[in-house]
Amino acid sequence: MFGWGIFKGMLVTLWNFLLTYFYPKKGIFTVQYPEKKIPVAQRYRNFPFLVYDGTPHMIRCVACKICEAECPPKCIYIVPEKDPEGKVLKKPAVFDIDYAICMNCGICEEVCPFDSIYMDHEYELSKYQRTEDLMAHKEELLKPWEHFAKIRPLDFERIEAKRAAKNAKAKPAAPAESSAQKPGPGLIPPRQGQEK
Amino acid sequence: MTEFLDQIFIIAKNGALNFLGVFLPDWMILLARILISVVTLVAIAPVVMMYMTWLERKVLGRIQNRYGPNRVGIFGLLQPIADGIKMLTKEDLVPKNADKVIHFIAPMVIVIAPLLVLAVLPFGRNLIAADLNVGLLFFLGVSTFGVIALFMGSWSSKNKYSLLGGMRAFAQMISYEIPMLLSVVPVILTTSSLSTVAIVEAQLQGKWFIFTPWGGFASLVFFLCGVAEVNRTPFDLPEAESEIVAGFHTEYSGMKFALFYMAEFISTFAISGLAVTLFLGGWDGPGILPSWFWFGLKTLILILIMIWFRGTLPRFRVDQLMGFAWKVFLPFTLGNIFIAALWVSLPFPGNFIADTIGITVILTLLQVFNRKEMPKKRKYLCAN
Repeated sequence: MFGWGIFKGMLVTLWNFLLTYFYPKKGIFTVQYPEKKIPVAQRYRNFPFLVYDGTPHMIRCVACKICEAECPPKCIYIVPEKDPEGKVLKKPAVFDIDYAICMNCGICEEVCPFDSIYMDHEYELSKYQRTEDLMAHKEELLKPWEHFAKIRPLDFERIEAKRAAKNAKAKPAAPAESSAQKPGPGLIPPRQGQEK
Repeated sequence: MTEFLDQIFIIAKNGALNFLGVFLPDWMILLARILISVVTLVAIAPVVMMYMTWLERKVLGRIQNRYGPNRVGIFGLLQPIADGIKMLTKEDLVPKNADKVIHFIAPMVIVIAPLLVLAVLPFGRNLIAADLNVGLLFFLGVSTFGVIALFMGSWSSKNKYSLLGGMRAFAQMISYEIPMLLSVVPVILTTSSLSTVAIVEAQLQGKWFIFTPWGGFASLVFFLCGVAEVNRTPFDLPEAESEIVAGFHTEYSGMKFALFYMAEFISTFAISGLAVTLFLGGWDGPGILPSWFWFGLKTLILILIMIWFRGTLPRFRVDQLMGFAWKVFLPFTLGNIFIAALWVSLPFPGNFIADTIGITVILTLLQVFNRKEMPKKRKYLCAN
């Protein structure tokens, strides 16, 4: 009949209109962003963060500069800390990541032999200025190991198991030194020069 | 109490006039009597327009499975005000080669027509700014005048898209004006009056014209022509954004652009109001609630139907649009006048039978004559 198609179409839109009020689960799909967020997947990656155990002084990073060398766009800048005599310590004094350059590839995470750099889930990173504000320094990059456990539980289990096995092998070599340190939840490998 | 609520605006107006009468001369009171109505209409129309945009965005959003505006104020009720501020602060651009004077005047002229026609709409019992004895003619005449302002805007922009939009608007409005006028003729025939108040009074106690055979079809035709007349989807060819950037208001920005929208929305309101007045009994309704409430409710329903159309239907093709007006509406409304004449002149059982036969004949003829002719098999003349 003439106009029947229009009538059917009108019914469809009316049905959708009513669904949004009486059955919002089916009828309305918008996530009200600042208040509600869609949870990101565990393997989502954005920008790297630096891991510390327990307190922010106990950085896992030993300033080996492997990630700096491997980083394809060269966005990482590391300066190792030096003691007053000029001896290089296994700890970064400067650890900068330029977010404007970083391409979120996650290679730094893969190459790090000390499990100290991982990709984060943080994505609300609007800044007012693109040179200095987008340069993340060590203080902003540091996050506890528990943070990693929270955002990526599956990876956390795997890495913990690997670290425990490695630690068990290394333990007989230096039992005295590891007992001197306060063990964090992730069982830190023994480090030289940290006591000085 | 009901009586008081019903007449509350008239009582308020008379009260204000009595108060002014204490210290103003008689001729100024006469002026004030006019000014109060005019100022009220001119002040309320933009507010109505603002909240119609809000309603449209809300309902369209819901139809498309999303929330509409809901950030500014509760339910997004302050959104139109935020939009207004945004429009006022936007840069006002005038094309280099534009006809500057006409380009400047057009958005102002275009709001005049929809504001003028509000004067003859009976919003409630006794609630009419000017009860002209040619009110209906005034409405139809003045509302057509908007198309000239629209063409002024499109011509002066010196932009091909604007001009195309203006041309389309002209063709469309003039085509749809004719079936619209003809669909109103049966109402005039029945009430033998052009006054909008007299037309409403002829429909009191639920004797709305939409319930008569001729009225049902005439109201449908009138409403669809009204939608075409105010350039709303599916008849929004003059501003078809997917074909000609924004049609006649391509070169307008800021408040001038907002004025074009204001004209469109106020005329939407006015056309809905007129459809209510002519076919849906105007302010007639159960006496529990005031008359202006019933008028508002019916108008709101018609506006919602227009928004519903917009959320559902795609745009017409130009030839379909013209064909619809000239091949379907025009012959149908012409026949409808004859049907209405039969309804008025024959006694009760006879008019029903005559109208049923008449409408069947007209619909059948329309169906037969508008049938598409498709050749059964293609003949290729140079096949061999």
